Amino acid sequence: MTHGTFELDGREVPFSPGQTILQAALAASVYIPHLCYHPEFKPHGSCKVCTVKVNGRPMSSCTTPAQEGQQVESNTPEINEARRTLVQFLFVEGNHFCPSCEQSGRCTLQATGYALGMTNPQFNPLFPNRPVDASHPDILLDFNRCILCELCVRASGEVDGKSVFALSGRGITKHLIVNAESGKLGDTELSVGDKAVEVCPVGVILRKRKGFDEPIGRRRYDIAAIDEFAAAAPKGGTP
Amino acid sequence: MTAPAKSAKKLKVATASLAGCFGCHMSLLDIDERLFDLLELVELDRSPLTDLKHCGPCDLGLLEGGLCNAENVHVLREFRRQCKTLVAVGACAITGGLPAQRNSLDVRECLQTVYLTGPSTTHARIPNDPELPLPLDRVHPLHDVVRIDYFLPGCPPSADAFWELITALIAGRTPALGHDRLRYD
Amino acid sequence: MTLSTSALGGLLQRHQNDPSRLVQILREVQDANGVISPRDVTELAQALGLPRARVEGVAGFYSFLSTVPRGQYRVLFSDNITDQLQGSHALRDSLCHAFEVHLDELSRDGLVSIGATSCTGLGDQGPALLVNGRAIGRLDPGRIGVIAALIRGRTPLDRWPKELFAVTDTIHRADLLLASRLEPGEAIDAAIVRGAQGTIEEVKQSRLRGRGGAGFSTATKWEACRVTPGPERFVVCNADEGEPGTFKDRVLLRQFADLVVEGMTVCAWAVGAQKGFIYLRGEYLFLLDHLEAVLQRRREAGLLGHHLRDQETFDFDVEVHLGAGAYVCGEESALIESLEGKRGIPRNRPPYPVTHGYKQKPTVVNNVETLAAAALIARHGAAWFTAKGTATSAGTKIHSVSGDVARPGLYELPWGTTIAELLELAGAKNTQAVQVGGPSGVCLASDGFKRRFGFEDVPTAGAFMVFDSSRAMVEVAENFARFFAHESCGFCTPCRVGTTLMHRALQRIVAGHGTKRDLKELKYVAQLLKVASHCGLGTTAGNPVLDTLERFRPSYQRRIRSFDVLPSFDLDQALAPAREITGRDDPEAHFEEDAP
Repeated sequence: MTHGTFELDGREVPFSPGQTILQAALAASVYIPHLCYHPEFKPHGSCKVCTVKVNGRPMSSCTTPAQEGQQVESNTPEINEARRTLVQFLFVEGNHFCPSCEQSGRCTLQATGYALGMTNPQFNPLFPNRPVDASHPDILLDFNRCILCELCVRASGEVDGKSVFALSGRGITKHLIVNAESGKLGDTELSVGDKAVEVCPVGVILRKRKGFDEPIGRRRYDIAAIDEFAAAAPKGGTP
Repeated sequence: MTAPAKSAKKLKVATASLAGCFGCHMSLLDIDERLFDLLELVELDRSPLTDLKHCGPCDLGLLEGGLCNAENVHVLREFRRQCKTLVAVGACAITGGLPAQRNSLDVRECLQTVYLTGPSTTHARIPNDPELPLPLDRVHPLHDVVRIDYFLPGCPPSADAFWELITALIAGRTPALGHDRLRYD
Repeated sequence: MTLSTSALGGLLQRHQNDPSRLVQILREVQDANGVISPRDVTELAQALGLPRARVEGVAGFYSFLSTVPRGQYRVLFSDNITDQLQGSHALRDSLCHAFEVHLDELSRDGLVSIGATSCTGLGDQGPALLVNGRAIGRLDPGRIGVIAALIRGRTPLDRWPKELFAVTDTIHRADLLLASRLEPGEAIDAAIVRGAQGTIEEVKQSRLRGRGGAGFSTATKWEACRVTPGPERFVVCNADEGEPGTFKDRVLLRQFADLVVEGMTVCAWAVGAQKGFIYLRGEYLFLLDHLEAVLQRRREAGLLGHHLRDQETFDFDVEVHLGAGAYVCGEESALIESLEGKRGIPRNRPPYPVTHGYKQKPTVVNNVETLAAAALIARHGAAWFTAKGTATSAGTKIHSVSGDVARPGLYELPWGTTIAELLELAGAKNTQAVQVGGPSGVCLASDGFKRRFGFEDVPTAGAFMVFDSSRAMVEVAENFARFFAHESCGFCTPCRVGTTLMHRALQRIVAGHGTKRDLKELKYVAQLLKVASHCGLGTTAGNPVLDTLERFRPSYQRRIRSFDVLPSFDLDQALAPAREITGRDDPEAHFEEDAP
């Protein structure tokens, strides 16, 4: 049911009741870069990569309700520069060494960097010290690549009903934790088929013995750019 | 893509690998027959291909690898002094890359493990010859130490990406890496 | 180092095993034990029916809670710029030296740990510190020596000299609020006579706007809460006075606690709320007993409880919740999250707290000063209030004055007063700059001193920090950047990473190896935070940088070492570990000439 339309970069985009700007845009096959948004979860607006200007004001498109007649700017040099900087922030905040990452080629952060024309991290890297957790028989946790999108937190709580993941710390020391007194993933209820495992957009939650199973050249974002997936997606957008 | 028209004067180009694996250099060589076009346009100064040990005044410097020891920093600074345009080439030069994955370890423990306590050590001692460059406590990307003018990501950057970078810089335009050439791995 | 199961059980029972009281529960575990151990977290989670990781996440959010052992005496030096300019870093270093510990490190015998905390609200009597949560001001080498001796002697805190913990309230200029003498119940009675709607109408006529900084119309807030359907409503007094440099709420809560609670009760009557909370910042622990006593007295006087003033439908009581060291909880939706026992992350808005607040129920969150003013308006009427101030900013404002002035303390002045007038009153000499409204406010140079306090000109939540011409403003900016990096909740990317990048760039500049590129980066990041951040903390975190870059640029340029890029780290120091292990010290083992 269409509720009305708003204007996105000069194009009329229809929306249905309750949809946010990002949801309506993706449903209309228009790509707005985003990282912490996933169509199956309630948007929470933390990565800010989906920032757009609504009637001239910067807003997170994933959480801002679509309204009749809104003038939304998204694909402009100014906004894309801000988005690129935010992606660079995420790169320097963690330890992102794509060549050694099993998720390379199918990583949303990397693909978003490509889409925004990011050639380098620009800022001085922070090189945090984040040990990996290999205690689980089937799943490896590499915190170095965490972008704190909370998708695993949401998936494990809302879908899997296990609350395996949560966040602790704050500011630049904010970090992902697991639901065990030992602090070890192996002591949690996580299993390899969980939504929380599937939903990680980067290379943090990895299935063991599955790494590099797709040859370079045939991986998701080798085949097409992330914005092309959005344009081709029927409804709801890219996970 | 065709090579830019020959100019009267050849561009001076220097290349080096710091804490890298020479993979980026190999990828540069992968431009194959375009090497002939390239050599019409450029003259190599310091480079593994010329085996010159120091860099003279250059138009363009291409540096692969990150900074893991004192010598890497000296070479980087020589390049920065001598090259009008300096490009960080490849994942290691841009992020520290694979060598930077030692950054969570204490460099003292690394040296102890490698030279003293490792399973294959004999005559155990940590080398201390002044000729050997000392390792930095952490591996850094090039832009942590000097100004970098362009970045060519990839592990390695593809031959086509190299070709685009070099031909664009020779022609005086900003290199543009489309989706097919922009890669971090 | 784990609380016994029975002790934990008793503690939980006092809180009715209510998960929404988690922050209070964790505070008590921390107080009892000096640490919240992994076992405590597990047991709390089981008893409260919460995922363990969520309890751990809450414990990890607040800076006064700790999941790793701290000293039996945990000393936290207030790290506001006013403390710093009064020599707090040297005092801190001397205490570290006395116990041979580094900052944030536990002494080998577990006796002491020394760290830093954001402004403790004693700007008029700094430098200050907290020892196991208890505030000590007016630090000097002599008092540090006394403290060191008491710690070394393992003297229990309640046997430390009372004089050490003395906090004085200095009011230099009193007006509508600070000169008021209201008998408890007077304002409530007046409000009852006017009726709920009439009371809101009177507040509307008074043009009262929120004193916490945002300046939102108080009557509009109350009205929106009142008209939202639902069986339960809440009134929250925001006493999380975290903005560095402000301490007026501290004085109001001590000298005028009845007036503040009276204001809450008037609000409750007007909006139809049954329950109130005072969210008291953890730094003001020393006010807790006093507030509890005032609440108890009011209950006994029939001013809190059931059927207040014989009104069938008027039930209202107030509970004090303590914060645990998180500036962001001054943001009203983060405050509510904290009240609900969660990490203090600002919510997405809309919906606003007036419709979906505490436990998703309609909730009014007002500043301490706003509520005090509301009580007086209920008693004396709108005209009494609007007789002072300007057309857009009615009434008076209480300023917390600190820094380079002869007479630090509180000054209540009508809106419309100029900055220069307050500087004159406070005895400021050779003033270079004034930070109005705290780090999130505005930094003014002398050409701005003729400007006036007011929502139409220079709005303020009440902090007024003065810097004379001997101060380096780049150091002020560095202190504020450190504050925001420490207090960022970390929810959104721009604030979480940007505040740290800004702080690092400013550290480089202050240390004398900044570059022109650092200046460019600072400005760019500060502007990005303004447009892309999730809440007010992030959108204002760049203000001190942008203001000082604009008005005190020479202070930066004096410290800039190069126009080109310099190493972002100390190259020679980066070789130190390798020198140590190889035993080398030859020239090749150094970067001498160009160490930054």
